[in-house]
Amino acid sequence: MGVVKNPTGSVSRLTTPIKAWTQRFAFLFLVVGAFALMLIGKADTVLVERIRGAVGDAAAPILEFIARPIDTIGNTVEGIGELTELRARNATLERENERLRHWQVLGRRLEAENAALRSLTDMVPDPRLRFITARVVGDQGGAFARSILVNAGSRDGVAKGQAAITSQGLAGRVAEVGVRASRVLLVTDINSRIPVLIGVARDRAVLAGDNTGRPRLLYLAADIEIHPGDHVVTSGHGGVFPPGLPIGVVTQASETALRVQPFVDWAHMEFLRLADYKLPSLPLSPGDGGGTPGDRR
Amino acid sequence: MNQVVWTRLDGAARSLAPVTFTVLLIVIGMVPLGIPNFAPIMPALGVIAVFFWVVYRPDLMPAWAVFLVGLVQDLLGGGALGVGVFVLLVVYAAMVGQRRYLAQANFFLVWLAFVPVSAGAFALTWLFNSLIVDVLLAPGPATFQYLSTVAFYPCIAWLFLQVHRALIR
Repeated sequence: MGVVKNPTGSVSRLTTPIKAWTQRFAFLFLVVGAFALMLIGKADTVLVERIRGAVGDAAAPILEFIARPIDTIGNTVEGIGELTELRARNATLERENERLRHWQVLGRRLEAENAALRSLTDMVPDPRLRFITARVVGDQGGAFARSILVNAGSRDGVAKGQAAITSQGLAGRVAEVGVRASRVLLVTDINSRIPVLIGVARDRAVLAGDNTGRPRLLYLAADIEIHPGDHVVTSGHGGVFPPGLPIGVVTQASETALRVQPFVDWAHMEFLRLADYKLPSLPLSPGDGGGTPGDRR
Repeated sequence: MNQVVWTRLDGAARSLAPVTFTVLLIVIGMVPLGIPNFAPIMPALGVIAVFFWVVYRPDLMPAWAVFLVGLVQDLLGGGALGVGVFVLLVVYAAMVGQRRYLAQANFFLVWLAFVPVSAGAFALTWLFNSLIVDVLLAPGPATFQYLSTVAFYPCIAWLFLQVHRALIR
């Protein structure tokens, strides 16, 4: 297999050296093209984002078409597995329900108290959150990036910088927006930088991904104490994310690196909620085209 | 006359099958499978495809097609743009010279040859990604994806073989 037969023998014998030379030149041209792409990508222009958005738009319908039945199959298999432990699960859930009801009472009381105190101190209310729910249609595989494709875009109100959350916590933020699809950069991606608060003391830090499962905490103040198990939440600094979204817990408190185990269950991320969080009173300069203060390098 | 046109169109479509199928596979490869911890070690389909087609049918996977496959892969993935394109071109250049020995060899030998070639591809990808973000990336994730790529090579190669048998003359 694999021997290429040339239909025009005599002509090609003459043109072979020229052809080989042209091919070599063309190859070089393509390699230069690859480096040019790297430079353009590094400059992180709006153009690249727009092209990526368009490619995502084109792929989304195909992916959505395939993703649905795969979700169904996965759910069915899981359902069969769960049938066998139905009784035990039921008992656990009843116990949990009882405990949660207690928390609900407590939550309501605190909410009321919070509202009362806020009105007492004339605090500016937080902007109302609007959520856009999108299906996860693309899961970029590979070791060098952590991002996913969702089937909602600018026509659904998705904008760059919005927080993407699951019921467990923050998953990432919207990095590129197409018309009907968008890319969400996960908190574990090497390019992800999120301002956070740690523990009860609410110490400030930046959560930085490094393509491993557990992102690191950077830029901590020198004299603060952090323990494994401390909760990490978004700080809302920069006005892009709503404050207080849970992200994960500190798992490793050593001298060299502090890492955070995210709450999100990456394997069962079927839907994401994108938080449309606008600060209406933020004094943006006129003509500012929705530029997001973010983590641009 | 009419039949000549149709025959030519048919031939063109058939010779485009490797590129079309590779691009389609890369798109389909993005579907979330819901298997825990699988996404980071998803086999690098582009590397497998370029290696396979350049070894068996380099006429159907020319350099411009390699560029296209790399571009689709880079644009769909969230990674650094251009790195995948460059690495696939390197794989192409490395295999075009060596394919004569491999095209006649049995499957196991070709798989064996894929081990160092894909190792080089991953090392290059790792290096360029590190250069672009200005940090030395942890080698762990890349190593695991490399191992899974080598392990999945036979499955993907089998798929391509079916395409070759069914569509290409």
